Amino acid sequence: MFDIKSYEKADTVKQAIELLSANPDAKLIAGGTDVLIRLREGHEEFSSIIDIHHLEEIKGVEMQDNMDVRIGAGMCFTDVIESEIIDQTIPIVAEASGTVGGPQVRNVATIGGNLCNGAISADSVASLCVLDATLEIEGIDGAREVPVTEFYLGPGKIVLTHTEILKSIYIKAENYMGFGTHYYKYAMRNAMDIATIGCAAAIKVDEGKVETLKLAFTVAAPKPTRATTAEQFSVGLDATSENIEKIAKKALEDLNPRDSWRASKDFRLHIIETLAKRVITAAIIDAGVQL
Amino acid sequence: MSVGKPIERLDAVAKVTGKARYTEDFTLQGMKHAVYVRSDIAHGMVKSINVDEASALTGVRAIFTYEDVPDILFATAGHPYSTDPGHRDPYDRNLLTKHVRYEGDEVAIVVADSELIARKAARLIKVEYDKLPVLNTPERILADDAEMIHPTGNIVGAHEFVVGGDMAEAIKSSEHTLENKYSTAMVQHFHLENHIAYAYMEDNENITVVSSTQIPHIARRIISEALDFPMGKIKVIKPYIGGGFGAKQDVVVEPMAAFLTLKMGGAPIQINLTREECLSCTRTRHPFLGTAKGGIDKNGKLTFMDVEVVSLTGAYASHGHAIAQAGGAKACTMYPRSVIRFNATTVYSNMPAAGAMRAYGTPQVIFFVENMMEELALKAGIDPLEFRLKNAGLPGDINPLNKKPILSHGLKECLEKGRKLIDWDKKKKRYKKFKDGTIRRGLGVACFSYASGTYPVLVEIASVRMALVQDGSVHVLTGATEIGQGSDTVFAQMASETTGISTDKIKVISTQDTDFSPFDTGSYASRQTYVGGQAIYKTAEKLKDNILAYAEEMTGVLANRLQIVGDKIVLIEQPDKTVVTLKDLSIDAHYHKDRGGQITAEVSYKTRTNAPSFGCTFVDIEVDIELCKVDIKEIINIHDSGKIINPILAKGQVHGGMGMSIGAALAEEMLIDDETGKVYNNNLLDYKMPTIMDTPDLKCDFVETEEPTASYGNKSLGEPPIISPAPAIRNAILDATGVAPSELPMSPKRLFELFKLEGLI
Repeated sequence: MFDIKSYEKADTVKQAIELLSANPDAKLIAGGTDVLIRLREGHEEFSSIIDIHHLEEIKGVEMQDNMDVRIGAGMCFTDVIESEIIDQTIPIVAEASGTVGGPQVRNVATIGGNLCNGAISADSVASLCVLDATLEIEGIDGAREVPVTEFYLGPGKIVLTHTEILKSIYIKAENYMGFGTHYYKYAMRNAMDIATIGCAAAIKVDEGKVETLKLAFTVAAPKPTRATTAEQFSVGLDATSENIEKIAKKALEDLNPRDSWRASKDFRLHIIETLAKRVITAAIIDAGVQL
Repeated sequence: MSVGKPIERLDAVAKVTGKARYTEDFTLQGMKHAVYVRSDIAHGMVKSINVDEASALTGVRAIFTYEDVPDILFATAGHPYSTDPGHRDPYDRNLLTKHVRYEGDEVAIVVADSELIARKAARLIKVEYDKLPVLNTPERILADDAEMIHPTGNIVGAHEFVVGGDMAEAIKSSEHTLENKYSTAMVQHFHLENHIAYAYMEDNENITVVSSTQIPHIARRIISEALDFPMGKIKVIKPYIGGGFGAKQDVVVEPMAAFLTLKMGGAPIQINLTREECLSCTRTRHPFLGTAKGGIDKNGKLTFMDVEVVSLTGAYASHGHAIAQAGGAKACTMYPRSVIRFNATTVYSNMPAAGAMRAYGTPQVIFFVENMMEELALKAGIDPLEFRLKNAGLPGDINPLNKKPILSHGLKECLEKGRKLIDWDKKKKRYKKFKDGTIRRGLGVACFSYASGTYPVLVEIASVRMALVQDGSVHVLTGATEIGQGSDTVFAQMASETTGISTDKIKVISTQDTDFSPFDTGSYASRQTYVGGQAIYKTAEKLKDNILAYAEEMTGVLANRLQIVGDKIVLIEQPDKTVVTLKDLSIDAHYHKDRGGQITAEVSYKTRTNAPSFGCTFVDIEVDIELCKVDIKEIINIHDSGKIINPILAKGQVHGGMGMSIGAALAEEMLIDDETGKVYNNNLLDYKMPTIMDTPDLKCDFVETEEPTASYGNKSLGEPPIISPAPAIRNAILDATGVAPSELPMSPKRLFELFKLEGLI
């Protein structure tokens, strides 16, 4: 049983925005795997609910004419994992989605909800960061686009205002074509867990040299973070094991993991460096390059 | 003949189809729901409680605080009553308390129309405290000027024994000795069904409590003590139960439910704890901290083992010192030809209360002993497996503690079987190449010994009633409780074996109701098949005799020429010759106007033996040094549990225990702040119980010795599988990495610290 004060089911994104605008206490619910947990814990700020989980406008995975990929924010992870388009263009998103919770959670939890919850451990976000995804947002004052790398403001904080809804996630062709990618979620369990550290890499290698590297981490700083110093450092380097180790060390410069009872800072730093090395290596292999 | 056959468990279909009804599935009209108000500090005195806001909430029916409950201290441990006052569990709990002793202690309780309202109201109650110092380390708890957690002091119990010879001489005869510090973590039972009970009155005098309990008859006694209410006017019913693992060998919510219905005019009141409450506000496993010493002589003989522990029982004693006592005692029979010293002190602390948990102190003690054994063998330059084989007990060895001969002892055969199954000798050689770099391989082994009940420490009583139904089937009423381990099925097999009646004609009544179930102290100590089995055997013999005697009366054929086969009574010499069917016999017995009567048999029997059981774990692991992770490639448990009554259920027991031990080895621990007593991880996300994705394929095998003291040759199996996997994994990590973990769990966080310390990363 949940202590729900008000429940409204929106028919369109536009109507959901109007309902949000009319009720400053209302919260959106899609999959409910975050909202209902808060409600069960007695957080009354989640007791006025606007349901958007069924809206067609936020569903679907499409390949546009220009080969860009659109993912509806309301797609549940199981649908993301099973999408042929995603499998053929941006398989790293499916890989990352497969690490969310367990099957029951993935059957309802949505990729948009995962981002909007603002958790620094969100399983989908590192993969979207290395794909330089763009987020399509609609609000009472109109629509806007925000790069996923600028979506997070801090732990639990995102750029959405109260009347805004995340509609779609776009990945441009130029950001996935020719890239090798890999994602690794380091957690204490192989399922039903939050990441201790998440790491995603997308890499383009040309004639044995790194042309572009994109490297992103979760739980490694107050928000999901790209290791830009390491990325810049890597450009033009030979794709060798020795250089990967150097890049991995550089990754630490942009990150600042927390020291907490869940894991010490030292331990997280060690895992960051280890994952950077392994994930870049796997991405290079995925790009079809022999090390 | 049914014993030894892998028959399907009797409740399998009911459970998998969702038809089995558990405590929560029963509702009564007008049922109210009660929720505790729990302290948010770990130690202190309540200064004030403000219930104004909560009382004003619609649907709140009553709020009781510590001032409203009887001034009666009671003991919650599910032990049989002891006629020796010195041997009773500590009476240290009130229904609600002013003196809070752990984060989550119970200061008040709200009764409302729904659980939702009750929880909301509980959150609205404001409690102020005068804080007291939090005592969570042995140094602080035992300091001279330490605050008293209970008026009786901070020590719950202490004892020491030295058996098997003279310790000074044993040390003198040793070629090598060593001493190491070890510790185990506070872990959780994780029965799927949370603690739940409801109580109601059907008249003005009698209370009924329906509870998910392992111990209905004991629960009745404790409710009676806690409320000073006549025992005969309390009835406890145990429906299907979703696991207990010892957490429900304790009375947790039952006395409060009974108290509330008394206060509320007999209205039905349910207390249904959340998973979070179950984790930190019911019972846990006692963490042990201490040392293990050992010695080895020039012939590879274990000269002595010496274990010294402090056991943290938390805020309330519950099973208290009995845990350390049992753990020390049960570990004495695996290497019985050495001098054994065991010294234990159990102390209170400002942590969640520890109680009974599967294998009851033994996993802790065996972790100490088997780690020490491994290091001692390495120090002496002997293969750790050879060392164990050399010192493993044999049939005829004397249990050094109780001085009784060990009649069946299959440990050595278990070790030999495991050695073959895991391909120990070949892998030992092969893995020499995998001892550096980031990926390493290792093998580990550990042994255990256990017992098949609690005798002679506690009474071992079991009672059974069997009745022939008019259709020729048999109803079996037992006080022993099915808690998921399969005891009902095994009892049916045993009854079938002895009477000759086929198992499909035997119905074991799964629900216990203390008004009509024969007396039995319940499900714990792996006693059901051993102790319960004796009563089943004796009752079945009697029922068979009664049936055959009536057959003689009916037919004139002498009873000693007859036997029961399936649903017929036949001539022993001509089994194809039916003398009378059970159905015809039963109808005659019930309805003949001039002879017969209901054919029943009832036995209450006290078992006065206690057979040790044995076994070992072999494990093959890969360690990824950089990731600080252990991957179990192969793990096998081998058990000597005497004759196996039902191989498929036995396998299930072993798999379950291994899974729990793997969790305790690699992941599970309740994280409690030493300074504040704050419980960090009382939820399924942060308490890292393994999922199926973290559990390797579990293998097991049996060495079926014949135990002469048991009716069917059987010994304990319920708890033993949880004992040896953790030390075996630990020894495999040592083999793979050269690093010797001394604390549980060997989680990535802890391995990181160790590997860093040893310069591996």
